[in-house]
Amino acid sequence: MEAFIYEAIRTPRGRGKASGALYEVKPVSLVVGLIDELRRRFPSLDPARIDDLVLGCVTAVGDQGMVIARTAALLAGLPDTVAGLTLNRFCASGLEAVNTAAQKVRAGWDDLILAGGIESMSRVPMGSDGGAIMMDPECGYAIGVIPQGISADLLATVEAFDRSDVDSYAARSHARAAKAWADGGFDRSVVAVRDRIGQVILDRDEHIRPETTTGTLSGLEPSFAGIGELGGFDAVALQRYHWIDRIDHVHTAGNSSGIVDGAALVLVGSEAVGYDLGLTPRARVVAAAVTGAEPTIMLTGPAVAARKALARARLRADQIDLYEVNEAFAAVPLRFMRDLDVAPEQVNVNGGAIAMGHPLGATGAMLVGTLLDELERRELRYGMATLCVGGGMGIATIIERL
Amino acid sequence: MTPVISWQRRPDGIVVLTLDDATQSTNTMNQSYVESMSSTVDRLAVERDGIAGVVVTSAKDSFLVGMDLKEFSAGPPDPQLVYRLAATVKAQFRRLEKLGRPVVAALNGTALGGGLELALACHHRIAVDRPDARFGLPEVTLGLLPGGGGVTRVVRMLGLQEALMTVLLQGRRLRPKAALDAGLLDELVSTPEELIERAVEWILANPDASQPWDRPGFRVPGGIPREMLPAFPANLRKQLKGAHYPAPHHIMCAAVEGLSVDVDTALRIEGRWFADLVGTPIQRNLTKAFFFDLTHLNKGGSRPSAVPRSAPVAKVGVVGAGMMGAGIAAACAKRGIDVVVMDVAEESVARAGAAHERITGTGALEDLAGCEVVIEAVFEDQALKHDTYRRLAAIAPDALLASNTSSLPITGLAAAAHDPARFIGLHFFSPVERMPLVEIIRGRETSDEALARAYDLVRQIDKTPIVVNDSRGFFTSRVFGVYVMEGLAMLAEGLPAASVEQAALQAGYPVGPLAVVDEVTLTLPRKLRAEARKAGVDTPAHPGEVVLDRMVEEFGRTGKAGGAGFYDYPADGPKRLWPGLAAAFGTKPGEPAVPLSEMQDRMLFAEALEARKCLAEGVLHSEADGNIGSLFGIGFPPWTGGVLNFAEQHPRFAARARELAAAYGGRFLPG
Repeated sequence: MEAFIYEAIRTPRGRGKASGALYEVKPVSLVVGLIDELRRRFPSLDPARIDDLVLGCVTAVGDQGMVIARTAALLAGLPDTVAGLTLNRFCASGLEAVNTAAQKVRAGWDDLILAGGIESMSRVPMGSDGGAIMMDPECGYAIGVIPQGISADLLATVEAFDRSDVDSYAARSHARAAKAWADGGFDRSVVAVRDRIGQVILDRDEHIRPETTTGTLSGLEPSFAGIGELGGFDAVALQRYHWIDRIDHVHTAGNSSGIVDGAALVLVGSEAVGYDLGLTPRARVVAAAVTGAEPTIMLTGPAVAARKALARARLRADQIDLYEVNEAFAAVPLRFMRDLDVAPEQVNVNGGAIAMGHPLGATGAMLVGTLLDELERRELRYGMATLCVGGGMGIATIIERL
Repeated sequence: MTPVISWQRRPDGIVVLTLDDATQSTNTMNQSYVESMSSTVDRLAVERDGIAGVVVTSAKDSFLVGMDLKEFSAGPPDPQLVYRLAATVKAQFRRLEKLGRPVVAALNGTALGGGLELALACHHRIAVDRPDARFGLPEVTLGLLPGGGGVTRVVRMLGLQEALMTVLLQGRRLRPKAALDAGLLDELVSTPEELIERAVEWILANPDASQPWDRPGFRVPGGIPREMLPAFPANLRKQLKGAHYPAPHHIMCAAVEGLSVDVDTALRIEGRWFADLVGTPIQRNLTKAFFFDLTHLNKGGSRPSAVPRSAPVAKVGVVGAGMMGAGIAAACAKRGIDVVVMDVAEESVARAGAAHERITGTGALEDLAGCEVVIEAVFEDQALKHDTYRRLAAIAPDALLASNTSSLPITGLAAAAHDPARFIGLHFFSPVERMPLVEIIRGRETSDEALARAYDLVRQIDKTPIVVNDSRGFFTSRVFGVYVMEGLAMLAEGLPAASVEQAALQAGYPVGPLAVVDEVTLTLPRKLRAEARKAGVDTPAHPGEVVLDRMVEEFGRTGKAGGAGFYDYPADGPKRLWPGLAAAFGTKPGEPAVPLSEMQDRMLFAEALEARKCLAEGVLHSEADGNIGSLFGIGFPPWTGGVLNFAEQHPRFAARARELAAAYGGRFLPG
């Protein structure tokens, strides 16, 4: 049994602070807007055939609490039979939602799932949900988790990526994203957020700075040097990675993912439901994998997950045409490319989270859409979406354009 | 049997409880105390209506000095028993503080550990401002935690951050003023007579006294500092330099976990973390070293018992006003001894003399006439020292003559002294102000009387003596030396310098071998080895020597004093490992193939094997001298309980040593 992707859409990403365009929009409304769009695009889609709405959401409290997926399904006027599920695997959540949908369909237990993610970082800030791994000293001491920015700097130090390496990567992300927007690369997947009388609140990714160069980036202060020292986190990292003399703090606001608001939905279903509803599949989900790696350095999971997914798919890395590797920090895709021996020309070709932002629970689903759109544009076959994840986890999904 | 706690009811309705254990010179929280307190709180409850308030005080010189530590070291550990005992003690404290009448602790003297915890369970703490009184919760230094509610109460009094940083993790014994400033005491009185008077006044003025945590709406000061919580475990790892110490870890956990629950639940959580520490090897090692061995030596354990205690020394002469001489002079002056310090360098003399009013600086050795003890602290040059002793023979012929040498054999130096029987080594450690150890080295001719006088002097200036018999390198320098050499050997093998230092720090050494050899200068171990060889002492080649030689001869990097060594010392920032080390010594890139634990074993075993040789050769007077000497003089990791205890406690010392010998060389073969 195969799981097909019939559509992948997303909201534009608003800046994740009170000055961001989407700050005024309730998270549930962002999701409802995308549900409405799917119903508009596919008039033949009988919503009674939708089994579940599965949303990734990391900080599922407050506005995002109480199984926001079910709330959105009901508010959107979907039939009562459409269930809802909120899941959390940190930054992997959106992709986990798609994978979960694919697994349900491949198992034959469900036919049609809306899978995606929602994160309003402006209204429900990261960390609002506390959590033992950060707040309980027994956990913190034993596991050695440090803020992800310091993990990123540790990764850069271990890999000997210097400031110019990461800034060059970041500048390229902005340039590619700006070009993709200008060329209409996101026209299919991005759905403007509108108010209740139809006015556009936001129709473009707010975070991109097309004028970014390594020059403009070089002046930015390292974001994590202070906390690395004062919080004791550099010491923790160097105790574990003892052959390193000191952490080179290369990551800044400019070469790390942006904090933004956004939502995404991917329509996942069986072949049969596609026939029934007159839907044309765009891709199939070939394989997916989750795994974990060392939690202090935290960000090395993608390659491990990628290899696991490739093995399951009986594919090699060089058979994957395009990669979307979440740009949590510039060091992450740089390390991934080295790990899998993959060229920059195949990775994040339309920019990534450094330019456009990383709405935690939604990004994984957004990567699927970005990947699929570009596979279609270039008439290529296989794509992989992968993300690094808090606690050292990794996730990877392989899709095949149909 | 007389109960430990006596009950005296005053006409004003205030009950004075006086702690006085007839079987000991101090009050401790032993079984008799527990039983007596049990009946006391029962009686307080029954007679409550007729009581105006309670004063808790002691008839001993001190108030109460903590739990009976023998219970924590004898026999197999029983954490469940200790949990129940602590629960009983805490339940008694809760009944006292919830009695419904004001309870005041009248601290006539020192209150440590459980003694202070009893005081914290009172509503108000008044202490006599005596110079010899100490207040604190030192349990962490013994591998324990304040299990009588100390963690829970101090957090609720001071807030999480301050409780951990200033009291619980440090375990300091504070003087009265410092304890007042820290918030552990409420007020000080100048005389014991005022103590009860003040306590009574307070009771009458505060009839509704209660503990803050028993009042409605109580919030821990500062609440739960959510933004800062992730930094607590990280900063503890940073402070401990990655070494494994359960006690501070458990204190941190008990403190944080107790924040979000009520006080009685917090006390229970504290109790479980406490019980988990009891009887662990590290706790037993720390308690053995820092309580038993230390007390043994401080009370004269290595002093010739037949010699009667000497009168306190009134006047000491110090020859040499360099860093060590000045430090020794200051250490004596601070304890009320008049000091004459002599040096040919005017500036050094002036600086040393200015440090304390009891110190007189001079350029004339003759001014040392009349000194009962003369301590020589000039350059490590045999000829210079001999000359000094010859001149002193005329100036102070009856003085006990001591040398601060760290390496020149005492017997050889004694040959030039007026009376070798009255010549001895007194090896101080740098910086003298902070290092409590003095290594007393007995020469072949040194008499018991001289040794006893030296011992008494060391105790008079409040330092801890170990006794060592004369040999090259004595004990401390010899054992310290192999630590450094092993670190250098690892560098020579291509292991990363950062890993070498991390291995040491994570093993519990305060300073890594590369940093410490920078401090003493690289020329020192070279010189010592050269001297030993010249004197015909068997000094087998060591794989670390090539590193020393190349650093000094090829790179001109002699250490911190020379401006650069294994580290660079920038003017505007912390020291950094010299980036040139990797190229110079062929460091293999990336993660070392050898685990950190193996690197740690090399350093620990190198020192332990050398220390065992010292014991076998009769260099060490006893194991306690070796253990305390290693802990206080040369930074051997405290969790081991000392360098000899490490070997003894190791589950398979000889077998592991043979493994290391097979991999790294015969220097690891156990004797």
